[in-house]
Amino acid sequence: MKQTSRILSTYSADTFGVASSLFELGGMVIIHDASGCNSTYTTHDEPRWYDMDSMLFVSAISEIEAIMGDDNKLISDIEEEATRFHPRFIAIAGTPIPAMTGFDAQSVAMQIENDTGIPSFGFTTTGMKPYISGASTAFTELVKRFAKKDVPKEHHVMNILGLTPLDFSTNGQCESLRRIFTENGWKVNCTLAMNTSWKSIENIGKAEINLVVSSTGRETGVYLREAFGTPFIEGVPYGKALTGKILENMDKISCHESDHAILFSPGKPSNNYIIGEEIASLSLAEALRLETGMDFSVLCPTGEGELLRDSDRFTPYEEDITDALNGAETVISDPIYRNVLDDKVHFIPLGHEAFSGRIFRKDIPDLIGDITYISEKLKKRR
Amino acid sequence: MLRKVNGQEVDIRPILIKDCSFPSPFPAGLEFSSPARGTWNIAHQGMLIPEAHEIFVCAASCLRGVVLTAYEMKAEKRFSTVAVEEQNLLEGNMEDLIIDGVSDIIDQLSPKPPCVLVYTSCVHHFCGCDLEMVYRELRSRYPDIDFTDCYMNPIMRKSGRTPDQIMRSRFYSLLKPREILPGSVAFIGNDFSMEKDSTLYKALSLSGKTIFELTECKTYEEYQQMAQAEYYIADYPSAKVAGEDLSERLGGKFLYLPFTFSYDEIRKNVEKLSSVLSIVKPDFEKEVGICEQALQEAYLKIGDTPIAIDYTAFTRPLGLARLLLTHGFQVKRIYVDAFIGEEKDDFDFLSEKYPELEIWPTLSAQMRFAADHEKTDYLCIGQKAAHFNTAPHFVNICENGGFYGYQAITGLCRLMLEAKENEKDIRTLISKKAWRCESCI
Repeated sequence: MKQTSRILSTYSADTFGVASSLFELGGMVIIHDASGCNSTYTTHDEPRWYDMDSMLFVSAISEIEAIMGDDNKLISDIEEEATRFHPRFIAIAGTPIPAMTGFDAQSVAMQIENDTGIPSFGFTTTGMKPYISGASTAFTELVKRFAKKDVPKEHHVMNILGLTPLDFSTNGQCESLRRIFTENGWKVNCTLAMNTSWKSIENIGKAEINLVVSSTGRETGVYLREAFGTPFIEGVPYGKALTGKILENMDKISCHESDHAILFSPGKPSNNYIIGEEIASLSLAEALRLETGMDFSVLCPTGEGELLRDSDRFTPYEEDITDALNGAETVISDPIYRNVLDDKVHFIPLGHEAFSGRIFRKDIPDLIGDITYISEKLKKRR
Repeated sequence: MLRKVNGQEVDIRPILIKDCSFPSPFPAGLEFSSPARGTWNIAHQGMLIPEAHEIFVCAASCLRGVVLTAYEMKAEKRFSTVAVEEQNLLEGNMEDLIIDGVSDIIDQLSPKPPCVLVYTSCVHHFCGCDLEMVYRELRSRYPDIDFTDCYMNPIMRKSGRTPDQIMRSRFYSLLKPREILPGSVAFIGNDFSMEKDSTLYKALSLSGKTIFELTECKTYEEYQQMAQAEYYIADYPSAKVAGEDLSERLGGKFLYLPFTFSYDEIRKNVEKLSSVLSIVKPDFEKEVGICEQALQEAYLKIGDTPIAIDYTAFTRPLGLARLLLTHGFQVKRIYVDAFIGEEKDDFDFLSEKYPELEIWPTLSAQMRFAADHEKTDYLCIGQKAAHFNTAPHFVNICENGGFYGYQAITGLCRLMLEAKENEKDIRTLISKKAWRCESCI
């Protein structure tokens, strides 16, 4: 049955995607929920919780407030704390019960903004969609609201879109991304939204090109292309060869030699699999093809699977994933997937916080510009 | 205390006990989640039933916390999920989803578990899901499996019985009537076994009574043997309902002997037990003397060190503050969001005698900024107090920690001395979910 999981975990939800994407930006994020969502997110999905005093709260809605549709208490509670803490913006993210009661997050946000003068967002998250949906919307709305429209383009300036710890942990991958492009002559403006300044978001329009490194950044990439004429490429610079390919395409696109780039070669049917977020997994498959000659199919259980090739598959369901992996030779994925694999499979663990939370956080490698960690493990089997 | 928030100074402040209202000192508002994770959740607690399989039927955001709980405690093979999706709310097929989903999972399990705990959530309550029909059908499909209805519905926390009370009761709902073993006792509703030298346990064991505890059961059959108990004892406030329900269903006698730091109340509780059951009573005077000596010895070493207590450590934080303050200790801060009715006497006493005692919330939004990450010299009792004070000298304990009676006082003195002597790694210890539970973190 599609919706059951005997043993696999659950990907982080849209509500948490909103929280993760806005965490570092000086705003106040309110998860509109009774209780539980806040501790789940801050325990499993937010490695920055202990070290950064980000304003992430839960509304603590009660049964009677939900039944009576008492939004006034929520509004009053938010306005009281906003007056005290002066957030840069306010964001309200819904959960299952507000979704059921028809809570109008956007109207509530509008009222709060009218009352306080603080820019406010209402996200109609339901807690039933994947984190990618929530983070995508939050990034895009943020940029729509705060990006300055009259910023001139600057030569060889780029943004990196789609960064949250859910996909990139806090193990230095964000810094590696910035470093690798800086070393290759690019000036990295905004890394949306980890380790980036508020000013870089306001000036996001000055970039010649955007690099979308996860599905959470795609919607913003599309918006920036439409509103600012900034082209984008989707891919993560895993390993040297793929990094070179990305850099080459970035140069072509920024010089208007081309308006798009197809980074990922058509896949061949393979018994080797990478399971995970779409752009990261396709990038790793391409990096491994370029550096080892091995073909990998991608199994994408979260997001939308827009870029997937014929040899890849999108499915969020344990039943389908288990079937697809029947006969697999090599699997690269979060360690939790090992539970549905035959013992004979050559398994290479690659932790993904959006799936296993903090459990394997210490072992997540930084593959930016260097995939030796994976290729060495592949050699052992060969 | 002043804290910088977005470049502006914000005053983070407690309420002095003399100005507190009882039982709710703080207004309801936005809530903060402290990174102290030592208290148990319903996924941990359900795993105490040996061989049980847990199936949660919820939205992804709700599933995520419990599925990762199961993984962190290395119990993932006893845990499954059914994801509620938007179409289930729109199509009104929630009953089918639960029945078919639970059946699908059970059909994949080998061997079959003796019991399945099915957890439904807030959405089922709000959509009027016919749970009676659901369980009737499941029991009919799997007559060899015991099912019980469990709930993850925090939205009901202010509506009658709290989710915590309900769940501590549901974990005993699978017990089936058995022949009563005269004089036997079952401790009900605790997440930790009673310490063997705790006052009640010692009195019962010295009297040769058979003692049942869920936390000690290794098999489902051992769990079922708890139904033989003639007496059920609860000492944890949220477990009182469990004892009452069990008594009504199985017919045993229920005694609520609340955890306390009061000599008089400890004695009263022991006398209450001895009035129905022949036990070897402790020498009360001698026990009090031992406690007094332990308190004096602790005070000699701890002296004027400021002390902070939080409600997750012991169910009677005010009672504990009273005990310590009346023995010279410098209790400055108590972290508690609401007082329990049992503490009214201690509240009145402290309000009168120690009116400047600071009462801090743990959930209030301002607590996001309470910890400033600079170590303090506070001696803290409880993980939340340790976090908010950035205090490496802390007693790491939760939910009374299996302590009871005079032993709770001497045991706490020992732990306070250990805490005073040795620093602990706050972050590592408090980030682990469920104190004393197995953890891969």
